[in-house]
Amino acid sequence: MSEAPGSARRIRALVVKESLQVARDPSSFVVAIVLPALLLFLFGFGISFDAARLKMGLVIEEPTPAARDFATSLTNTPYFAVRQSTDRRAFIDDLAAGKINGVITLPGDFAERLARGDTAAIQLVTDGSDPNTASLTTGYVQGAWQAWRAQRSLGADKQSGGIEVQPRFWFNPELESRRFLVPGSISLIQMMIGSLLTALVVSREWERGTIEALLATPVGVVEFIIGKLVPNFVLGMVAMMVCVLASIFVFGIPLRGSFLVLTLFTAAFLAVALSIGLLISTVARTQFLASQIAMLVAFLPGLYFSGFLFEIASMPKPLQWFSVIVPAKYYVRGLQTIFLAGDIQSVLLPAGGVLLLMSAILFALTARNTKQRLD
Amino acid sequence: MNAPLVRIDGLTKTFAADAPAAIETLTTQVRAGQVTGLVGPDGAGKTTLMRLIAALLTPSAGRIEVCGLDVATQGPAIHDTIGYMPQRFGLYEDLTVMENLRLYADLRGLPDSARHATYERLLAFTDLARFTGRLAGALSGGMKQKLGLACAMLRSPKLLLLDEPSVGVDPISRRELWRMVYALIEDGVGVVWSTAYLDEAENCAEVIVMNAGRVLYQGDPKAMTAQMAGRVYQAHGAGVERRALLARALTAPQVIDGVMQGEAIRLVMAEGAASPDASVIGAPPETRIEPAVPRFEDAFVAALGGVPKHPLTPPARKDFSDTRIAPVEARGLTRRFGDFIAADDISFSIRRGEIFGLLGPNGAGKSTTFKMMCGLLRPSAGEALVDGLDLYKAPSAARAQLGYMAQKFSLYGDLSARQNLEFFAGAYGLSGARRREAVAHAIETFDLAPYAKTNAGELPLGYKQRLALSCAIMHEPPVLFLDEPTSGVDPLTRREFWAYINAMVGRGVTVMVTTHFMDEAEYCDRVALIYRGRSIAIGTPEALQNSVRTDERPQPTLEDAFITLVEARENAQKEAA
Repeated sequence: MSEAPGSARRIRALVVKESLQVARDPSSFVVAIVLPALLLFLFGFGISFDAARLKMGLVIEEPTPAARDFATSLTNTPYFAVRQSTDRRAFIDDLAAGKINGVITLPGDFAERLARGDTAAIQLVTDGSDPNTASLTTGYVQGAWQAWRAQRSLGADKQSGGIEVQPRFWFNPELESRRFLVPGSISLIQMMIGSLLTALVVSREWERGTIEALLATPVGVVEFIIGKLVPNFVLGMVAMMVCVLASIFVFGIPLRGSFLVLTLFTAAFLAVALSIGLLISTVARTQFLASQIAMLVAFLPGLYFSGFLFEIASMPKPLQWFSVIVPAKYYVRGLQTIFLAGDIQSVLLPAGGVLLLMSAILFALTARNTKQRLD
Repeated sequence: MNAPLVRIDGLTKTFAADAPAAIETLTTQVRAGQVTGLVGPDGAGKTTLMRLIAALLTPSAGRIEVCGLDVATQGPAIHDTIGYMPQRFGLYEDLTVMENLRLYADLRGLPDSARHATYERLLAFTDLARFTGRLAGALSGGMKQKLGLACAMLRSPKLLLLDEPSVGVDPISRRELWRMVYALIEDGVGVVWSTAYLDEAENCAEVIVMNAGRVLYQGDPKAMTAQMAGRVYQAHGAGVERRALLARALTAPQVIDGVMQGEAIRLVMAEGAASPDASVIGAPPETRIEPAVPRFEDAFVAALGGVPKHPLTPPARKDFSDTRIAPVEARGLTRRFGDFIAADDISFSIRRGEIFGLLGPNGAGKSTTFKMMCGLLRPSAGEALVDGLDLYKAPSAARAQLGYMAQKFSLYGDLSARQNLEFFAGAYGLSGARRREAVAHAIETFDLAPYAKTNAGELPLGYKQRLALSCAIMHEPPVLFLDEPTSGVDPLTRREFWAYINAMVGRGVTVMVTTHFMDEAEYCDRVALIYRGRSIAIGTPEALQNSVRTDERPQPTLEDAFITLVEARENAQKEAA
């Protein structure tokens, strides 16, 4: 074994020590492996913004041919599971109990109203206790109604003309929400490993009193910090690899960009996440406090302001301004681009640049605030 | 004399602007090639001073030079030359003994060529060679301290700072620690050893006695002890009355200190006071009062102005009817953990109004026995009885009879003293007016009023101790169990605590104590010595001392007795094997 210079040797010793501790500590295993897996599967399988089969009650007060025709069109779409009745009272209890999402009523004079071109030819009652599903239901029923009317009028007078809109969705043609939820959840996972785990391992040294003996050795602040960063960086990269493989093979999400770009971009984000964790650890001296702060400053903004769950453009202006300083926003934008569009330099270079700038500022703050003494 | 290794000049350290200074204009020196003892009550500033010398804190004013290096500006260079062992175990419990050693060898830059020999030397020195693969967290208290010492000594430091290295360490491991430190001195290392155990101060070439951030005395401990010549006496023959006698004697103005020593009472007189006679201390005429050899602790307490003259007096309690049933009894208590027998057929019976001690080295099984007696651990065989009630057949009735004070601080640190009392009163089933009364009562008896609103975690140690005890006896139990109640506690706080326990015992409370701290054992009427899961000796402290009396050692201490009995047992087992 060659005689390494003092500093390199100390860093190596600290990295070895940190890695042994990570390997032996079930909690870092949970944060690094179990939590990512849980999150990934939750977002990949559990949460979906696509319409499931909406359970509807359909009341046909007068079974005219027109009413039957509309009923058939509803039943034939994959979006609805329809039960029929002639009396709306049959559905009132089910709606109240949440067993069905809404009730569509075709009144006795449905055919006449339709012929008159009345706007209120059908009535829709939805379960407003879940506003999301209610508006989804409204939208789908409206869509179905309009499609049916358009079809009828086409069939009635075969008159073509006007503009026909045929939407095309690029990058995610099936509009599967999973395709942007999974890259988004990778950002959450990186944030957890980078910030939470780093904040925990440093505050643990304070909590267990091991820092006192360590500070009384020739170890310097920078060496101490590098010793903490290296194992967590490796852990973060491994977690990313697991996530990417799961995205491609389990969730069937295409990776249109290159793996190298993905790795570099992730490294830039991980640098920010790690520096946030270190900065937290300069103020939090108990693990409990460290995890609370990490949740507040790293995880929650990453969840709400990264744009993968909630559209930033539709937020109030002050919140939009705030989202500018949320690193996860840039990472998610980059990830979605790499996965769904490819290595688009005009998106990735600015986003990557912002991440590097953020990590530089945070590291500088950390180095300034980390104390080499106990007071 | 050697050249000073550490020069401290006009040192002051304050932590908060409005708080009193932790160290106040302190000037002193530490020499190489000797052990310098740093002694003082809790909160005297010992740890702060250690950290300042180790360049872990920055002085608020004044100057410290360590090996010619300025602490304020040359921290890294100082870290390179000293070894420091913090008061709390500072190594990684989730790393093995060897991994900890390797880590610190790398951090301290031990050259590869020297490694093998150094590891071997230190492992042999600390007797840890058999445990290199064991996680540090699984070591006993004594072994942890030895490992800490080994890590601090990896690159023969010029100055070794040891902050209370013997707290929680049994007498045998403690002697080994001292043996290791003496071996270092021969190589010219300067050692600073801070301690609350005053018998250790007598092992030092020089002591620095601190109080409230200042130096009270610096010099040869023997010279300090010599000042007490002719002022120390022992009163023999007071029998069962001795606890009451001690309390009475301490009220006399010329008596500045008094402790129990087995069947005798040790009294220290004020400077210039006449030798005490039975009438002055209110003793029965048959009491023999003889001069005794002063020890460092006498001088220390005298330097601090003697014990406080307003002792806590326990409230009048209900009488505990004297039945035939022993208040505490163990019958063949056995506890197995897998193949390992932690406690093996332990039996004893404690009389009413008796203080009974469970003594033993770390890991001997005294905590296991204690836990079974408290109803916290189910015995594999045997019975644990309190007031004739089996703790496992009638747990709530039996537990209502006992108060328990844990070794670790087990109050709620974020609640105030009053809130802790209210909580424990509630936990013991007191409510409404009875609860208010009990809390008010505890605050009054234990003089807690000035701290009633202070969070328990921030109380001075002596008050923490009082609060813990007052919570344990909220329900006025006839039996009290104490787990190392004054381990690491300074002599004044310890006296105050035991004065209170003595008074409770005087009113018929029965006490069981676990300890490896000989001063605590001295307060016991009888002790059981537990070793390797077995009770190897049981009797009064004097009987144990007498059993090891030899011509070479005409006056064995209780610690001598402890070590001799354990070693004799070990030798007998080796021969049998």
